[in-house]
This record gives sequence, structure tokens and C-alpha cells, in this order.
Amino acid sequence: MSNIIKQLSIFVNNEPGRLAHISSVLKECGINMRAFNLAESTEFGILRAIVDDPDMAYDALKNKGIVVKKTDVIGVYLVDTPGALFDAADALGKASINIEYGYAYSYKDKAIFFIRVDDPEKAVEVIGKEGIRLVSESEI
Amino acid sequence: MFWNPKIECMPQEELKKLQYEELKTLITKLYESNQFYRERMDSKGVKPEDIKCIEDISKLPFMFKQDLRDNYPTKMFTVPNNQIVRYHVSSGTTGKPTLVGYTENDIGYWTEALARSLTSAGVGPEDVLQVCYGYGLFTGGLGLHYGGEKVGATVLPASTGNSERQIELMIDLDVTAIACTPSYFIHLMDVAKKMGVDIRKDTKLRVAFLGAEPWSESMKKKIEDETGIETFDIYGTSEQAGPMFTECECHNGIHIPSDIMYVEVIDPDTEEVLGPGQKGELVVTMLKKEAFPLVRYRIKDMTEIITEPCPCGRTSPRIARITGRADDMLIIRGINVFPSQIEYTLMQIPQVGDQYMIYVTRDGALDNMKIQVEIKPEAFSDNMDEMLKLRHHIESALKKYLNIAVTVELKAPGELPRFEGKAKRVIDNRVI
Repeated sequence: MSNIIKQLSIFVNNEPGRLAHISSVLKECGINMRAFNLAESTEFGILRAIVDDPDMAYDALKNKGIVVKKTDVIGVYLVDTPGALFDAADALGKASINIEYGYAYSYKDKAIFFIRVDDPEKAVEVIGKEGIRLVSESEI
Repeated sequence: MFWNPKIECMPQEELKKLQYEELKTLITKLYESNQFYRERMDSKGVKPEDIKCIEDISKLPFMFKQDLRDNYPTKMFTVPNNQIVRYHVSSGTTGKPTLVGYTENDIGYWTEALARSLTSAGVGPEDVLQVCYGYGLFTGGLGLHYGGEKVGATVLPASTGNSERQIELMIDLDVTAIACTPSYFIHLMDVAKKMGVDIRKDTKLRVAFLGAEPWSESMKKKIEDETGIETFDIYGTSEQAGPMFTECECHNGIHIPSDIMYVEVIDPDTEEVLGPGQKGELVVTMLKKEAFPLVRYRIKDMTEIITEPCPCGRTSPRIARITGRADDMLIIRGINVFPSQIEYTLMQIPQVGDQYMIYVTRDGALDNMKIQVEIKPEAFSDNMDEMLKLRHHIESALKKYLNIAVTVELKAPGELPRFEGKAKRVIDNRVI
């Protein structure tokens, strides 16, 4: 059971209708998006998405000529108490693991923090040692 | 390999004599029979007898594109209409179109020039030549068609468009040579890739004649590295006849057959004739043209003349790759910029794809240049910092080469326009 999750990173031109086009490709193949985040500059953006079938979504997007990459991220369960984010971030900081970016997803009483770090394998090990629960690939 | 070794390898002195005789005959005939040209010569106070050697050509007045427009359609012609066997019409993006007419001999010399060029690039009876220049009013298609047939190659008159079919035919008919604009060839490379065709492995394509628009040395390298084919720069405008001249297998300039065309390069501002190796505006004289004259014609293409002997043995002068048209030059905040300089810089950056667009606007009194660049899929990074660094890197490279600050926008592959004929990559929206 792997705790490293495949995220799709998609290059999006900052023009009307581009995001609609990408989501329509995913819709056509019945792909469900669990969480996503959009980083933007003036003329383009990077769409990062956690989907239920990353391999199939990757192929479908690529076939449509969309620039897409698979990126490894980890998902940290955050318990609904003050300091939950601190525990995870502090563990990574002490281990000198750098967080490039992150985004949160919450559903009912669950909250997950998806983070991109420079060394995902080491991050899994460090966070595991702190007793913090990580999302496994099969849970997506 | 030579098509016409006697003339192609003729010693310089003999060539000069030949050129002088052709020029003298042409000028004498024009002065006697062509009102336009007699008036032009009289206004400069030159008579045919003032021309005593080929160098005296610099005493003659210039001709301009505007002259062809002012005399549209046939006022410039020097033969009766019943001797004209064909017309071509140039696109005429500004003002009236220009009409060119050909006698049977004009078609003959045009075809002869191309036969020499194709042979010098190693194309002959064993080859299948796919001509993807437009057939019709544009000179590209029919020109290459006649030249290809002349050397005994099998010609596939594919014209432009229908690119998937072009690729299928290229495979099915064992096409070995292709002629088109560089931008259309890049489009074909794109289409082939999408069809899962590897030009290197799945086709017999060996050589490409690319021209009719300025393209850079780094674009050439990129095409050759990606497809494994040998590319030849081809030159010629409708006023001269059409595409006529190419590089030989030594790839060190475009050979200009001395018996067909006389070339000079001038400083466009002072009109002073420049020496070999000095960059300026090309001025051409067609020595054998019958239907309408072209004497010291300011063709507006920027290049330089190369006179060092070519290892191939041809004695004709060569011109360097056309770096742009005098008309294409953009003046951005007082600095001269040729689109070819932008292309040259972009194509040297490995992350940059094949397509780009240049937009010029004026905000208040300030010119702004924005360049949209397609990046290669493998250059895409999930890390925004990396992407912004790439954009900055492209901006700095352009600034360093052009001496002006430009804004770069990164675009995904396939987002920018593709061109089947001549590429139109500059959009100047300045209202002056």
C-alpha cells in the first residue's frame, strides 16, 4: 500500500474555455476529480488535480494534445483540532523537507492536506514516525 | 553534379564578358522600345553607350515595386501580348497586386535555373519530388513543378493543405524530396507526429527545399536534427520569375547563376553599392528576361554577397541566407528589429517549440513587443517557479540579442496559429 499519490499537473493557457475543455475530456472518460488547485501567472496556469484514475486520465488528456505530467504528492489526514497542520509541517521542517506547494480538501468531518515536497519518500517516512495518518493510493 | 557544367563553372572573366554583353543588349533594347525605362534612364542622364563594362551597371537607375504597381497590368511589358504564354499574380498585401508575364523563353530560363539548382542538391531522375507550394497565381507550385520534371524527377503536385493526405502520399509514393515554405514543413512535422509517423524511419524523405519566407539558421538545424533530412534554402520572387536559386550540397550560400541574374547589395539609405560580405539590400538585374524588364530592381530582401570560391566548383557568386525584407523590419522604440533575429534567438533555446507570434502595440508613446512562444511538452514543469524562470530566461535572451525589452508569454503546444503558405507571425497593431 503506497502512500505516494499520483497527481496530474496540467498546463492551461489563460484563455476563456480552456479549463472547460480539460474538464470535458475528464468527464467523457468518467474520471472523478477528488481535489484540485490552480496556480496562475498572467498567461498560463498549472492545474493540479487528484483524480480517481490518474493513469487513464493522463492518457486521455495526452491524446487530446493537452500537456500533462504525473507528479508525486502525499496526502496528510488532518484531525479537526488546533495544531494539526503544525504537527505535520513541523515534522517535515525538522527533517529539512521542503514543501513546494499544498492544497486542502475537506469533506464532512475529514480534511486532507495534499502536499508536494522535494523528497516524497522521506516525507512519508518522517510523517509516519510522528503517528500522523497518510492517505493511501487506494483510498483515492 | 552539374546540369550545365560549361556555364556553371565558367571562369570569372568570361562570365563578366557574358554578363556585359547580355546587359548591353538588354539596355539598348529597353532604351529604344520601352517608354518607362527610357524616361527613367533619361532622368538620370544615362545612355546605353555609357555602359562599357558590367560594373557600369551602377550608373543605371533603380526600379521599384511601386513601378510595377503603377504600370499594372501590362504597361511595363516589352513584348506584344501574343508572345506572353503565362501570367502569375503576386498576393499584393499592400495596394495593387503585381502582375508578371512570361514568354516561352522566360519560362525556359526559369526552368533552367531550377534544373541547375535541383541538380546541385543531388535531385535527379531517381527522385520523387512533392511540391507543396501553392499551385495557381502564386509562382511556387508551377515553378518547382517544371524544374522537377526538367531534371527527370517524378513530380507530385500536392500543393498546400490536406496535410494528413500529404503525409500518406509521402509514405505511399516513396517521396524523397519536398519543396514548401519552412513554416508549412514544420506544420507537416507536427501532423506526422500526431499520426504516429516518424519522418526519419517511416518515409524515404531525404531533402527539402524550403523558402519563400525568411527563416533562420537555427530553425534549419532544428528541422534537420528532428527529421534527419538535409534542407536547402531556396530563393526567388515572382518579379524574378519565381523560386529559382538554391544552395548546393556545400551549404554555404545560395548560388546565383551569373548568366541569368546580376546581383548587387546596396546600403538602403545611401544607395551606395557595398562589397562582398557587407550586409544590405539586394538589387537584381535579370539579364535574359523578355516579357518585362527588371533592371537594378530594389527587391527589398536583406542579404550579403559571397564571392569566395565554393568547393563545388561553381563560379557564380552566392548570396547569404535572406535575413528579412527591408519591409519586414520593425522599428521598436527606435531600434531596428528583424523578425528573423527573434526566430534565431528563440530556436536556440531547447525548451522552445517551433511556433511563435510577435505582437507590437503602442501604449501612449511607447512601443511594446509581446512574443508568444509555444514550449515543448517536455519543458513543462509542475513547479511555477521553474516556469517563470523559463519565461525570464527567454526574455533575457531576446533582450540580449535585440537590445530591447520584450514581454514573453508561454503557450502550450498547438495553441498558436499554423500556416500553410507564407507564415504571418508579426501582428503590428500600432496606430501611428
